[in-house]
Amino acid sequence: MHIFEFIRPADPATAINTAAQARTAQQGADVRFLGGGTTLLDLMKLNVETPDRVLDINRLRLDKIEDASDGGLTIGATVRNSDLANHARVLRDYAVLSQAILSGASGQIRNMATTAGNLVQRTRCVYFRDTAMPCNKRDPGTGCPAITGSNRTLAILGTSDQCIATNPSDMCVAMAALEAVIYVEGPRGSRAISFADFHLLPGNTPHRETVLEPGDLITHVTLPPPIAGSKQVYLKLRDRASYEFALASSAVVMKVDDGNIRDIRIALGGVGTKPWRSPEAEAVLAGKPANAESFRYAAEAAMRDAKPQSENKFKIELAKRCLMHTLQTAANG
Amino acid sequence: MATTFDPTVSATAGSAENPAAEIAVPITLRINGKEHSLRVDPRTTLLDCIRETVALTGTKKGCDHGQCGACTIHVDGRRVLSCLSLALAHDGKEITTLEGIGTPEAMHPMQAAFLACDAYQCGYCTSGQIMSAIALLNEPCGPEDAAVKELMSGNICRCGAYANIVAAIQQVRQRV
Repeated sequence: MHIFEFIRPADPATAINTAAQARTAQQGADVRFLGGGTTLLDLMKLNVETPDRVLDINRLRLDKIEDASDGGLTIGATVRNSDLANHARVLRDYAVLSQAILSGASGQIRNMATTAGNLVQRTRCVYFRDTAMPCNKRDPGTGCPAITGSNRTLAILGTSDQCIATNPSDMCVAMAALEAVIYVEGPRGSRAISFADFHLLPGNTPHRETVLEPGDLITHVTLPPPIAGSKQVYLKLRDRASYEFALASSAVVMKVDDGNIRDIRIALGGVGTKPWRSPEAEAVLAGKPANAESFRYAAEAAMRDAKPQSENKFKIELAKRCLMHTLQTAANG
Repeated sequence: MATTFDPTVSATAGSAENPAAEIAVPITLRINGKEHSLRVDPRTTLLDCIRETVALTGTKKGCDHGQCGACTIHVDGRRVLSCLSLALAHDGKEITTLEGIGTPEAMHPMQAAFLACDAYQCGYCTSGQIMSAIALLNEPCGPEDAAVKELMSGNICRCGAYANIVAAIQQVRQRV
């Protein structure tokens, strides 16, 4: 492991000022915030991450879950995934988030991993994790061996000819469907970033995964007030029943009135280079009867732009069936 | 050549051949109710610190990447993976390892249940299994075997003692 200086900043301002000295907040960052460490330390051991300074933000009191004045929920950056998933209001009003988090990782990892850390969770693409291999995300310009190599688990939506790495997060899929907002404090003040704008498509810059700049500290995430009467379901399909990343997953927030769909939000996991909101599927369903035929059209729309690789064409059908089943489960209430 | 192992001297304590000594940082860790004043390289994981520096070898190193659960310990009563934790991040925390759970003479009920149910074969994952299982007693978990299996999925057993591990955990849960 690359040697680093371990620093515990006294307050957020110190953390921000120190991190602002970094060259980048993206791949290759020389300053990293330490939350649960479940991604960062793993990648530091692999020499994929080689920060010179590690800033421990765990004692900055960013660990509260609080009711927001608008009826929503405010979730601190260092709230542990297990605490978020088992929080009474999340269980009651944002069940899809609880289900998504509990479907990921293990009990130990969920006790460590943080809200902000999960937002910036890195891909599990084996080429990214292996410094002996080329990888445009880890080492820009070296190529993407996944495109001609082992790509069974990789993305079919949002890919480029530079990178096809899947975003591995379950939490983010639920947050995309819930339209969470990410709050960041940086060297030039604070700002709110809508969930859809936070993650970037790989394009020609796969080493840039989010809009975060040096010194940007995620302080909290907010969830808007819950949609009264909505049904929320997360379904995750994978190679084994537990402790495995998604091959395909769906988060659905749906409200049905008199058999017709009044409100619908859909996000997909395991198939996209970022947590994948599907406005195409939502548009198909708006105002339509909540039945199997509508759900089939929605699934077709969600996968219309899918671009499979040599080993993952199966994901298109899998993702369709995953979404149809999730929608039907939500409709059944 | 000194051959006596002195656990109070850290692996990074100074010599010319060991430049890492210059970057060793002092820290006090509270492990199983006892304070340990140590000097550790910032890169030292809590797992390596517990095993190599404090010489408590009940905690096992399996994959060292958060995939197997062999290194599971408790921090402030919650189960975590010591291999993905930095020692320096844990001053002031209450750290509990297998050695703090019970003794051969006075076993924790979970240890006794693992014995009674023959919940291991080679035993390498057992420390992590027991630490995980004890923490599970205080987590939201349904009564059925499937719920236990789901919450224990972060602890891999290569010998495949899973059925007996679930039986041991259920035995303890039914008693408390």
